[in-house]
Amino acid sequence: MTVFAAGVSATWMLTRASGAVSLLLLTAAFALGVADVARWRSRMWPRFAVDALHRNLALLALAFVVLHVLTTVLDSFVHIGLLAAVLPFSNGYRGGFWLGLGTVAFDLFLALIATSLLRRRIGLRVWRTVHWAAYACWPVALLHSVGTGTDAAQPWMLALALGCTAAIGAAIIARLTLRDGGGGVGAPRREPAEPPPTVRRVRTRQGALTR
Amino acid sequence: MSRRDERLHVRVNPIACTAHGLCAELLPERVRLDDWGYPIVDDRPLEPELVALAKRAAAACPTLALLLERGTRPVERATGSVPPPRVRARAAR
Amino acid sequence: MSAATALPRVLAGADPHGGAPLPVHLAHHGLESLAVDPAWLVQEVERAGLRGRGGAAFPTATKLEVVGHGRRRAVVVANGAEGEPASRKDALLLAQAPHLVLDGLQLAAAATGAGEAILAVKGSARDAQSALARALGERAASGRDRVFVRVVAVPDGYVSGEESALTHLLNGGRAVPTAAPPRPFEQGVDRRPTLIQNVETLAHVALIARYGADWYRALGTPAEPGTALVTLGGAVERPGVREIALGTTLAALVAHGGGDLARARGVLVGGYFGTWLDPAAARAATLDGASLRALGASLGCGVVAVLDEQSCPVAETARVATWLADQSAGQCGPCVFGLAAIADALTSIADGRAARALATASRSSGRRGGRGRRTARFEDPLARVRRWCGEVAGRGACRHPDGAVHLVASALRTFAADFEDHLRHGPCGGCARPSVLPLPRAGGGGLELAA
Repeated sequence: MTVFAAGVSATWMLTRASGAVSLLLLTAAFALGVADVARWRSRMWPRFAVDALHRNLALLALAFVVLHVLTTVLDSFVHIGLLAAVLPFSNGYRGGFWLGLGTVAFDLFLALIATSLLRRRIGLRVWRTVHWAAYACWPVALLHSVGTGTDAAQPWMLALALGCTAAIGAAIIARLTLRDGGGGVGAPRREPAEPPPTVRRVRTRQGALTR
Repeated sequence: MSRRDERLHVRVNPIACTAHGLCAELLPERVRLDDWGYPIVDDRPLEPELVALAKRAAAACPTLALLLERGTRPVERATGSVPPPRVRARAAR
Repeated sequence: MSAATALPRVLAGADPHGGAPLPVHLAHHGLESLAVDPAWLVQEVERAGLRGRGGAAFPTATKLEVVGHGRRRAVVVANGAEGEPASRKDALLLAQAPHLVLDGLQLAAAATGAGEAILAVKGSARDAQSALARALGERAASGRDRVFVRVVAVPDGYVSGEESALTHLLNGGRAVPTAAPPRPFEQGVDRRPTLIQNVETLAHVALIARYGADWYRALGTPAEPGTALVTLGGAVERPGVREIALGTTLAALVAHGGGDLARARGVLVGGYFGTWLDPAAARAATLDGASLRALGASLGCGVVAVLDEQSCPVAETARVATWLADQSAGQCGPCVFGLAAIADALTSIADGRAARALATASRSSGRRGGRGRRTARFEDPLARVRRWCGEVAGRGACRHPDGAVHLVASALRTFAADFEDHLRHGPCGGCARPSVLPLPRAGGGGLELAA
């Protein structure tokens, strides 16, 4: 499909733009996911809001990723077929490696979304196992965005990548260091007359009777 | 609303629950939290206008511990719940 | 040997030295052959009105019938796990009269058409295990058993003898309970209908098969016929397991054991999920379900423990509550955190921390809470424990928190004055005395008294 005869086509610009936006949204969704599991909350942000925003941003990211993939495939300037969208390292564009990473990230992302939408059917254990792939999906997507693409070496792209990395890094560090979300004011609790008992952190798993 | 909906109520699976607290935020009419963040569920039947909220709360629970039930049967059974692992040595006969 | 209408029945012929051998057992209770008509047996058990002796007192005939009519071939389990620390009747019965229990197990298997029989014995009950091994050897040699009996040692733990916990263990998992359906009588071991009966119940079944329902009903009360094993403990001179006719007065039992109700602070009936009776109620109580229910109690697994005047009910309750909290399976938040908080609060009342905190709080009650937050509403520690008891009950996957909370609530009622006194003035003289109620070594079960 030759819409523009020569030069930088609209689809190619759209690919780059949607790619950058995808990265931003994916970063935001990932950061919120980390905050979610860390049980972060604040007065303005109850838990259900963090959780819902995480899910919705992920879906929005999906929309932009799909747009990114479709515009890449449809663009006539380079020959990246539909197969390359799902089968990693099957296309040799620019050496094939960075593009392949993008495909890997896309595959992982599809798995994350699909299992989340079908969570009630497949059960918690399967869903949780697959959801760990998020920790692989995002870095791979980030590498793809800095390695491939026309804008790879552009300062704004690098700044974007750095910013996203910083955000995720901060989220993960916060999750590891804060106990029980470290959030601000929750529902007012009755003050005990003496210090509350040491609470044993009990990890309960649905259904599992072995630890 | 149909009379069927009046018998819907919420219940929590205490083993699955890890006190995330979303249910109490989304359905305070039926769920309040105890001193340790675990839900105390009022299992009265849901009024018709609460059913949608209850469904949302059940879908939002991170561990799928909040259940919507009609009578004693669950409305949507999470089929993926796992029974205890079976590692049995055969009895010598 | 004649059909004894008097006591002992289950313990007749019991041999403390390794268990009555098969010939002695046959001479005492002697069913020559265990080939009894299953339908007749179930009918006799129903006529006899036998109820389970594991604590729940469920009608045995009903269980036999339901399991026998399951869709798959049943499994029968003799439950000798005896998680209750204050109870020793099951271990004693297995150690001294194993053949009676094993007869009952075979009869139950025949009555339900089961193809597999399991005997669950407490892991630490060595005497019982060796007696069982000997007895099974004798039976194998004589060909008495139709169904092979597998003996399984159950880890010591309060919840491990509970029906669903035992089923999980037998299926290869952890011995932790759940209330979720299906229940073991529908789908238990190997997903088969599983009959789980306390070993004492099976002993009674064996006797009913030998002597009939009318004989069984010759002792006991019309509403609750028969005999039961009780474990008498606490401040008595001769603690131990005794067989009583249901309906015997609590006073008679205590007197038989060399205790004195006139000088008792209270009596714990039913075990650690049981109820504290004050001396007046204890003097009026008879050991049967109806009378105890009227006092808010139940016989449970037959534990009767007397608390003497010198011991402190607050300290004892705090210790038991702490132990029960440690025994939680750890699956459900309200049980883990709620029982721990209740136990900690009771301990702090017993050791004086609560009294000191109260004194501090009342001194500073004039000042407002700062920083714009709502002023903390001071909650009396006892009221808070009562509130927690109300909130924790019914919110676990099993009845462990319910039982623990029941005990604590009954202690708060029966010994209200003592608790108030400890709250105002700290520990009493009896707090430092060694524990009257037995508590197996568990993680952090001790009561530390603040200096």
